[in-house]
Amino acid sequence: MARDLEAVRGLVRESEVHRDVYTDPEVFELEMKHVFGNAWVYVGHASQVPAMGDFITTTLGTTPVVMVRQGSGEIAVLINRCPHKGTRVANEACGNAGRFFRCPYHAWSFRLDGTIAAIPLPGGYENTGFQGSHAAQGMTPVRNVHVYREFVFARLAKSGIPFEDYFGDSLSSLDNMVDRSPVGKLEVAGGVLRYLHHCNYKMLMENLTDTCHPMVAHESSAGTAVNVWKTMPEGTPRHPAVEIYAPFMSSYQFYESMGIRVWPNGHGHTGVSHSIHSDYSAVPGYFEQMVAAYGETRAKSILDTNRHNTAYFPNMTMKGPIQALRLFKPVAANKTMVESWTFRLVGAPDKLLERTLMYSRLINAPTSPVGHDDLEMYERAQDALHADANPWINMQRLYDPAEAGQGTAVTNGTTEWQMRNQFRAWKKFMCEATA
Amino acid sequence: MTDSEVAAFVLHEARLIDEQRFDEWLDLFTEDGRYWMPLEYGQTDPILHNSLFYDDKILLRIRIERLKGAKTYSQKPKSRCHHLMGAPLVEGRDADGVRTWAPFHYVETRLDEQTLYAGWARHTLVMVDGALRIKLKRIDLVNCDSAFGNIQLFM
Repeated sequence: MARDLEAVRGLVRESEVHRDVYTDPEVFELEMKHVFGNAWVYVGHASQVPAMGDFITTTLGTTPVVMVRQGSGEIAVLINRCPHKGTRVANEACGNAGRFFRCPYHAWSFRLDGTIAAIPLPGGYENTGFQGSHAAQGMTPVRNVHVYREFVFARLAKSGIPFEDYFGDSLSSLDNMVDRSPVGKLEVAGGVLRYLHHCNYKMLMENLTDTCHPMVAHESSAGTAVNVWKTMPEGTPRHPAVEIYAPFMSSYQFYESMGIRVWPNGHGHTGVSHSIHSDYSAVPGYFEQMVAAYGETRAKSILDTNRHNTAYFPNMTMKGPIQALRLFKPVAANKTMVESWTFRLVGAPDKLLERTLMYSRLINAPTSPVGHDDLEMYERAQDALHADANPWINMQRLYDPAEAGQGTAVTNGTTEWQMRNQFRAWKKFMCEATA
Repeated sequence: MTDSEVAAFVLHEARLIDEQRFDEWLDLFTEDGRYWMPLEYGQTDPILHNSLFYDDKILLRIRIERLKGAKTYSQKPKSRCHHLMGAPLVEGRDADGVRTWAPFHYVETRLDEQTLYAGWARHTLVMVDGALRIKLKRIDLVNCDSAFGNIQLFM
């Protein structure tokens, strides 16, 4: 039976959600159309396409797109499909198209804004009414593209919520990451780690602000790291990897007191007052560069902000203090491609990038013990959710009926409010008509 | 040390992994030894470009202790692995040590899933107290830049 949007509304209650939102292919299709159509979705970073014709290929939900630098310097996002027979036009992860995209099937070529530049044997289309066809419009551009401090977002729906209203104050997390460069600039660096998960992408989004799992699920990795470190002779210099692992084993009290902030439209972050990223060793020379660039008060304020995970609805997260961004790309209801991107703080010491890469390698790679801990939980859930005896997933921790009307709030660091916040946004964008 | 003795060492090292004798395996590394699996085809920089592994001995020790842990749920049940290695070639001997090259197929399995990986192992071996030790084991997967699920053991 085909699901209508009204039926989908019933899957999300105030403090529990039905498992079909994780398992049902029909719900997934509706979600791709409505949630990923109405929301502003992260596309890529401007540093990935520095010169005219530079492009990257990616997906918005399950829609294939190409992000490309125009001759004017602006960035466009095009649906990566030839208007003729539907062939994917740009096929590599990144490259340079020159001045035109050229479909490899019949050599239709397109300007970088998607409009048709040339079709072989054009006489064959004279007097056919071709000018009124869908094909004549070229590669379809995504009309709503917004570049914020070089982070590129797009909304597939032609009309809907404006960028500023959608993100609001949540952009402060993104600002903090960029401000950590003495020149206020980031560059994608170090390659991308791609980690295939056989689970629904929302499980990863919920895990971001799930502060009651690290000391349990990661005892195997972080706890072992702490124990191995204790066997090292006294006076052994702090190991950078142990510095990354150890804070995962912090107490419930640590996580409760770090705080969680929620924002409208499903965004939120852990680590309001402190986080697992607060106690890393200083990198020589970096603070001095920051003071020279911003003055001491501002430099301290930037570096003392150690937010943990900022969850940007629907499928992106970033960590300002270690300059890493993860994208949870939905592939199917039970399949997600996790991409871990890392950034160089332009003008800062290389040691910071080195730490960023080590963090991603140890925590978010297919070879990461911490990643293994988490994926095991997601995949066990994806399998066991099929049990009909109880089809509901609970998100009731520190629930208060009064929270629903509040836009922005700071609260206890072990609340599941941010998970509920994501589902309130999900329900809202799911049930908006997609124009 | 003859070429055939060096080759036998490389095969023995893979066998220790397959037999999950990880403590003995770790002892084969020098104190500053590294286990490196690049992320990029032909990668030269392990520091400012990411890798799948770039472990020193402490990080390998943490992984090995984790695999034994009572609360390591991703190893309940445990993974197993299998190497099929081509004959290791000694490619050179110089002040840095003995360099070898060997193509391999590697299978990692857990529950009902079996995953095949293919690549080349390059060892840099040195003599320590009269015995061969691993200064660098570099694993180049033929599809190093593909997306992967969990890789929990060692290639």
